[in-house]
This record gives sequence, structure tokens and C-alpha cells, in this order.
Amino acid sequence: MLMRKIVLGFAAALTASAALATVAQARDLTVVSWGGAYQDAQKKVYFEPFKKAAGVPMNDESWDGGVGVLRAKVQGGAATWDVVQVESDELAVGCEEGLFEKLDYSKIGGETAYIPPAVNPCGVGAILYDFVLGYDKDKLKEAPKGWADFFDTKKIPGKRALRQGPKTTLEIALMADGVAPKDVYKVLATDEGVERAFKKLDTIKGDIVWWKAGAQPPQLLASGEVAMTSVYNGRIDTANKNEKKNFGMVWDGALFTIDTWVILKGSPNKDAAYKFLDFVGKAENQSKLSENIAYGTSNKDAAALLAPAVLKDLPTAPDNIKNAVEINVAFWLENIDRLTERFNKWAAK
Amino acid sequence: MTAASSTGADASTEVPLKRRLRRAERARQVKALALVLPLLVFLLFTFAGPIAGMLWRSVGDREVRQVLPQTVAALADWNGKDLPDEKAYAALASDILAAHASGTIAIAAKRLNYALNGFRTILSSTARNLKTMPEPGMARETLGKINPAWRERATWATIKDASGPVTGFYLLSALDLTRNVEGAIIAAPPDQAIYRDIFVRTFLISLSVTVLCLILGFPVAYLLAALPPGRSNLLMIFVLLPFWTSLLVRTCAWIVLLQGKGVVNDSLLWLGIIDEPLRLIYNRFGVCVAMTHVLLPFMILPLYSSMKAISPAYMRAAASLGAPPLTAFLRIYLPQTLPGIGAGSLLVFILALGYYITPALVGGAADQMISYFIALYTTETANWGLASALGGVLLLATVLLALVYGKLVQGQQVTGGMKN
Repeated sequence: MLMRKIVLGFAAALTASAALATVAQARDLTVVSWGGAYQDAQKKVYFEPFKKAAGVPMNDESWDGGVGVLRAKVQGGAATWDVVQVESDELAVGCEEGLFEKLDYSKIGGETAYIPPAVNPCGVGAILYDFVLGYDKDKLKEAPKGWADFFDTKKIPGKRALRQGPKTTLEIALMADGVAPKDVYKVLATDEGVERAFKKLDTIKGDIVWWKAGAQPPQLLASGEVAMTSVYNGRIDTANKNEKKNFGMVWDGALFTIDTWVILKGSPNKDAAYKFLDFVGKAENQSKLSENIAYGTSNKDAAALLAPAVLKDLPTAPDNIKNAVEINVAFWLENIDRLTERFNKWAAK
Repeated sequence: MTAASSTGADASTEVPLKRRLRRAERARQVKALALVLPLLVFLLFTFAGPIAGMLWRSVGDREVRQVLPQTVAALADWNGKDLPDEKAYAALASDILAAHASGTIAIAAKRLNYALNGFRTILSSTARNLKTMPEPGMARETLGKINPAWRERATWATIKDASGPVTGFYLLSALDLTRNVEGAIIAAPPDQAIYRDIFVRTFLISLSVTVLCLILGFPVAYLLAALPPGRSNLLMIFVLLPFWTSLLVRTCAWIVLLQGKGVVNDSLLWLGIIDEPLRLIYNRFGVCVAMTHVLLPFMILPLYSSMKAISPAYMRAAASLGAPPLTAFLRIYLPQTLPGIGAGSLLVFILALGYYITPALVGGAADQMISYFIALYTTETANWGLASALGGVLLLATVLLALVYGKLVQGQQVTGGMKN
């Protein structure tokens, strides 16, 4: 009897304290982004000025992405985040699963203030960036022209680095094999297209180093481990500015994608979140971000405020986006599991 | 305190004593339990509960039931031989209309897409194009017009197979198996059959790392145990220093050492031993080297403690009885270190099984262990069913190994004749 009483007492105390802990505590607005040089730039031109201008206390955290993380946050009922910057596939899946608030664009300057691909019912685009072909100008005698050269180990000897997994890798292989950027997903949607991509990858299989985090490609270039790599354009720019590197990029056949601000479902700081999104959506604030880090931004009028010297290195510059292809979210949602298995099968052969 | 005894008059003095003893014993047990109870409850809530919840996801299958309830009910008595009847088509149309209105269609689409690639598109295109409930008797025709997939048996078999509430789908996938339209278990298509290979790879890497740790760690532990305390303490610091260094730092240090233009390759080139850099990293070799380095202390410490307990007198006695050094080592010394070898090997092996960061940073695409895929499906693609099935299979295999090890060690226990 006594035993049971003690157990029950403990259990009661524990559930009571757990219940107390989950009572929504009033906390400051929490904004989550990707960390690194990018978040440093955001702190400088977005977070600090916003705190001063709006008089709203906020803090920022960083994360590595993954819709599973957001799902656990929202469904766990202890979401400590309000505004999160997500990648396009996290946006699509999270939107389907109802993890994000539906945005009221009238509070953030209206839909017409933004470039069309940045407008989404569940979030508003923040930046546009590219996967480009990156190389070290100091080490290569001859600059590569595009993905075809990436696969030509006779013309440019040395190892290459690609992102581990099928996403971006298969598109790059097809473009190297002569598929026009605009047709990449048409071809990839067929079984023959997938075969073709893997066949092309076979030709340099022994020379590929696989990277997993965005910080790795610049390191692989700097250490001379690889001659060329697929890389986020902003990382190349940062390495050139801060580490005095002499890296080059090829914009032709680049893969671009958009990162989006979302408000997590049930956020207790919705008003502050909207104030924040309105602030970071303004052209004059966004142009300052592009001056600090080489990403294109979502406000229609931001590019016009930039000096030509800055604009020419941005993904959104007309010359740079001319032959770029947007990473197809719908395609990858449908095929990521199957092609991940296929990719690993191929890798293990 | 009423002595209501019924065991006979001669025992009347004994009973209260027995009872008192029992009571005292019980009080002691309660006290002891009360002391460990907070920890037990804590572990239950923070450890056992979440693990059980996560494992449950490998067999739970509720998405399709929730989103397409009428269809699931209508398919309950479908024989799977030919297309379902008009009733099922009507149920599906009504479900899709309702799910489209409430925005839940994607939840079912995601689950069905795991089983049949392209299902996401089938459902979303049907939801987009189905404006109103078809006329009575016209549901089959209408749906078939919108998407010809509804005229396929496999489409319906997939829905029926995903009806839940529990499923073997994820566990089968984790073992490279699948069900065909008839419901029989068959091997998965070769393009998707990767997990058995990855489990084998995980166990092989763990085994090689364990063997390497044993080969490298045994002499070091012997030296540590044999040296006088002052010098062995200094050596011990060399063992513990890397043990206390962050895993990430040690892994990155190996990258610096082993990469193409790294310290090792540059030295060998400078010495003229090789003409061009060796591939020492981003392959299996790099993974084994880095993991062995990281896990070596876990082998050395148990070995050292078992060797410390062996009295040097044994070896002297063996020598005085005429055993050559090798025989004395093999027959007297080695058997006494077996518990240490066993504990160290098991520790290293089980830790290696779950390694993630090191293979991710110094391995190639063909060296990723099972934990990489569990992480991938947990965070990236949010396929929690498969992630938890892979985790469950790994857990089961590990537990089995630990049991086998326990049996082996029990049979091997050396009982020294001179225990003091």
C-alpha cells in the first residue's frame, strides 16, 4: 500500500511540475537562421537595427535545417522558436503538414513588393542563392567553362567535390552530359534520364570527394584537395573577401534556390514576428544585406539600390541568372527517398 | 498490534517476531526504493519512454486511416484480385474532397509515396481536378479519367497495405523486403535494396576498428600495468589527453594529417618514398584510422585495469616450473586478461556501431554507416517510420550481440586458483 502511495505521489509531483513547465512562458521573439558568415551579416543589418527601430526585444539562434526538427518543435508543443529561415523543401513539406502560420501579406508590404518566386502562402522569401561551380584561380591554369569541364579529367586533372546525395548531383551530371538547364527536370523525371545521370557520374566516380556541410567546399579548395567543387556562391565570396583567397565561380548552369522566412504554428509572438518580417522585407534593408554577403534578396526594388560592382557578383544579376535553373522542389519531394537509395546503391558499387 | 495467529499455540511467540521481521524488511525495501525512485522515474520519462515512442513509429501507420477513413473502410473486404467496386471509388472521391478542403491530403500522399513512387502526384492531381462529388455510379469512370492510375490494381493495393493501424512496411523496408500486389513478401527492387549492405558495412567497420584497437591497445595497456607508478602515470596522461579532447577536433586533425596535401603525404613525397599522394582519406582507410584513434582509450582502460589485477608472481611461478616465456604468456597471462579484452572489445564495438560524425567527415559516399541514414531520415526527409525501423533493427542486433558475448564470457571466466 505504502509503496503504491509513494509511487503515486512521485508521479503526481512529476506530472504537476511537467505541466507547469509547459505553460507558455512569455519569452522574447526568437529568430532562427543558418549561422556562420550569413547570420553575422544578418545580425549587423537586420537583427540589431530591428531591435533599435522597433523597440522589440529579440534573440537569434542558428540551426542546420531538416523538416524533422521543425515537426518535433511544433508537435512537441514546446516550440521555443518563432521565425525560422527554411529551405524550399522544408517550406513545402512544413506547409503541407501545417507547421507554419499562413502569412498575411498585408502586414509585410503586400505580395507585389516581392519577386514572384519569393511569394508563398506559408512564408516570404528571404534570399536567393546558387550552387555554382567553384575553383581556385591560383591553382588552375585554365578556367573551367561549365559542368562539362567539371567532368573532364583530361582537360583539368585533379579531384572534384560534390554534395553527398542525389539532389544537385544528378542535375549537374545531366548538364555536364549536354542537357540544357531548362530541360534538366524533364529528363530527370524519366528512368532513362536517371540512368544517364549515373552513367555520367561513373566517368569520374573515383575522383569525387563528397561534402556534407556548406563550409567544406571552400576548405577542400583551399587545401588543394580538389580542383573544382560545387559550392554555395556566398561561401566563395566570403572566402575571397575574408581569407584573401582567389576563388572563381562559373554562373553558367548554376542551380538556384530560395530560402524563406516562416512563422512557426502557434507562435506566441506573432505580432512581433510580423514586425520583424516587415522590417527585413524592406528594399533599403535588404540591399544592405547584399552589400555584406553575396546573396540576392526577395524585394523587387532592392537590386536597384545596389552599386553595379556589388550587383555583378549576385545570383540575381541578369547575366548570372540567365542560364541558371531553379531546384525543383516538387520533383525532389516526390523522388528524394527513392533516389537517395539509388544514389547509395551506386556509391557502394 | 493484535497477534491474530492461527498457526498453533506453540508458535504464538514466534509469529509476531516473524511479522516484525517482515515489517522491518518491508520498511527497508520501501526506503531503498524511495531513494532510487526519482532516478527511476526520471529515466522512465526521459529515456525509456521516448525510445519506446520512437520504436513504436516503426510499426505505427495512422496517416492514411486519418485522411482517407471511408476508403480504408470500403477496402476492408476487398479481395485484391480485381479492381475494387464502385462503392470504394465513391468513398475515395468523398475522402479526397474532404481532405482537400481541410488541407490534409499531403499527409496521406507522403506516406503512400514511400510505398509507390509517384503517389504524391496521383493524389494531388486528383484533388486538384475533382471539383465535386461524381454522380452516383460514375465515381470509377470519373476518377479513372482524372488519373489512369486509379484503373491500376497496384494503386489500390498500396492504399490497402497502408490502412494501418500497424504495418510491417517500414521494418520490411529496413531489411530490403517489400510486399507485392498479392501481399506476399518479396525482395525489394535492386535499386532500393541497400540497407542489408549498410548493416553489414556498419558491422564490418566496427569489427575492424575493434580488432585494430585490440592490437594497438594491448601492448600499451601491458606497458602501463608493468611500469612503476610514476612513469605509468605520465603514459596514462598520454592515453587520457586525447580521450578528453573533443571528437570533432580529433577527426578534423586527421583530415589535416591525411589529406592529399596533408602532413603524411607531404612527408612521404619529400622523402621520395612515393611519387604521387596516396589516397588516405575520404575512403574506408581514413574511417578506420580516425575511429581507431578516437576509440583506443575505451580499449586501453579496461585492459589496463584487468592487467593491474594480475599478480607478477604467476608468471614467475610459470617460469620456475620451466615454461618458456611464450607458453607462460599464452597459458597463464592471456587467459587472465580475457575479461578486460572482452569488456574493452564490447565497449569499442558497440560505440563504433553508432558512429556518425567521424565517417561523415572522413569517409566517402560508400563508407557511411547506418547512423548516417537514421539521421538523414529523421531530420532531412522526415521519414520517421523508416528511421525508427532502422534504429530498431540496429538495437536488436546490438542486444543480440551483447547476449552472445555474455554467454561466451560466462564460459570463459577464469577462476584463478590463488585468489586472495
